[in-house]
Amino acid sequence: MKTIKEINEKIKKGQVVVITAKEAVQLVRKKGAKKASQEVDVVTTGTFGPMCSSAAYFNIGHCKPRIKIGGGSCDLNEVPCYTGFAAVDILLGATALPEDDPRNKVFPGEFKYGGAHVIHELVAGKDVKLEAYAYGTDCYPRKEIKTFINLKDINEAVLFNIRNCYQNYNVAVNLSDKTIYTYMGMLKPKIGNANYCSAGELSPLLKDPNYRTIGIGTKIFLGGGVGYVSWQGTQHNPIAKRLPNGITCVPAGTLAVIGDLKKMRPKWLVGVSMLGYGVSLAVGIGVPIPVLDEQVMASAGVPDDEIFASIVDYSKNYPNMIAESLGQISYADLESGKINIRGKDVLTGNLSSRLRALQIAEELKSWIKKGDFALSESVAPLPDKDSGYTCRALKEKPFK
Amino acid sequence: MVSRKIVLHFPKTLVEQPIVYKLVKEFNLQFNILKASVMPNQEGLMVLELVGSKEDFDKAISYLKACGVKTQPLSQDVVRDENKCTHCGVCVSVCPVGALVKDPKDNRVNFDNKKCIACELCVKICPPRAMEVSF
Repeated sequence: MKTIKEINEKIKKGQVVVITAKEAVQLVRKKGAKKASQEVDVVTTGTFGPMCSSAAYFNIGHCKPRIKIGGGSCDLNEVPCYTGFAAVDILLGATALPEDDPRNKVFPGEFKYGGAHVIHELVAGKDVKLEAYAYGTDCYPRKEIKTFINLKDINEAVLFNIRNCYQNYNVAVNLSDKTIYTYMGMLKPKIGNANYCSAGELSPLLKDPNYRTIGIGTKIFLGGGVGYVSWQGTQHNPIAKRLPNGITCVPAGTLAVIGDLKKMRPKWLVGVSMLGYGVSLAVGIGVPIPVLDEQVMASAGVPDDEIFASIVDYSKNYPNMIAESLGQISYADLESGKINIRGKDVLTGNLSSRLRALQIAEELKSWIKKGDFALSESVAPLPDKDSGYTCRALKEKPFK
Repeated sequence: MVSRKIVLHFPKTLVEQPIVYKLVKEFNLQFNILKASVMPNQEGLMVLELVGSKEDFDKAISYLKACGVKTQPLSQDVVRDENKCTHCGVCVSVCPVGALVKDPKDNRVNFDNKKCIACELCVKICPPRAMEVSF
């Protein structure tokens, strides 16, 4: 048994033993969880994939004369922001699109530029065009402003993502006769390919399946900087189906995360365009898992071949909320590049970069080893599988 | 500077005009003729490698189009912007010829230009838009 306090003492003294989740898999396989837990203090995880429910908020500073953008309108590089705050606070969502984007008018739309791309450019240090219109008041008389802004000059710039880091996700296929375009990519007809989106054995919540160490207040790697888990993410669903090994085999827990955008790096926040679907932000997240005991180590050491995802049809079942799985498949099989579904060999594609997930786990490991990153105690737990907390469908009460 | 291989289709009304001369004179482009089949009163076809500034090249293509010359990039012209590629691997399940393959050892997505048939499926589905037609 170890405490986070003890681990932080070791970090301070430069004596901490940190390994990545990939190394944890090998170590547990070789020495068993008990021995490994005695040798290791921290396991670092990582994930890098499109996470649509991401956003950034900004306080741009007051101009002379003053303007109250709240209740007015504001674009950043022609992408509309949310303005329902006070005078100069704005929020930009990752999936927001310029008003004149053709969207899916000519199907499948290309969605070349949106909120996520603006966030990426700001983090890359580029000037971005801000254009805002207001109705004018006695205290905020100005009605229009057009100015370039730069991240380094404005007051606050905060990444605040209300749902990131899904604990497991679907394998998407298409049972229909025509190609479909989804947030899981282009899916060829008659199970022509299978796309998935998870870092598998590197993914944070898959390595702490019952949220024993990851909770509200947990300090993390976020977008190349430092962030915190601020809450359970939206659609957090801890009671989702689990296999006998305790690991969910469908999308389950999620995290809401927050961090200083000014300290993040463009490599880890990348605007992406999903053909026929829309814009999203690929976010890099790494969570350190303190090895408190043998059980934590056992979970952190679970390999790809013991983590399973469910195969879901995105032509009919997914859009119509029909909960039907076409079977389960392990991440080891998915990562092999080819799987067999209903007797057919199918190529697999991951939307989540394993290469970058590992780079994140490695970088977080080096931060901790150098003493630059101490672990935090969580201040409250995430709702777990016994909490009764769940994700429900909307009960519609239509009106005319 | 850009260097690009393009295929030009001349309608028979144009084969007697000094179009390539204009590419040099007006747009400062160097050219290297890779293939040519131009006969009087017949449709002409020419494969050119053009070298020059991006701006001049774009202007030259506009000029060719305005003249009525159909242009298309030579196949095997899909390139990857290494700075944009995140090595996610969603292209791997879509590429029909296995030109995009993930290396299980280091998780990198490798692009084999020799296998590429320039179907351009990857160009549109690549989330960070790292695959480009070099035309």
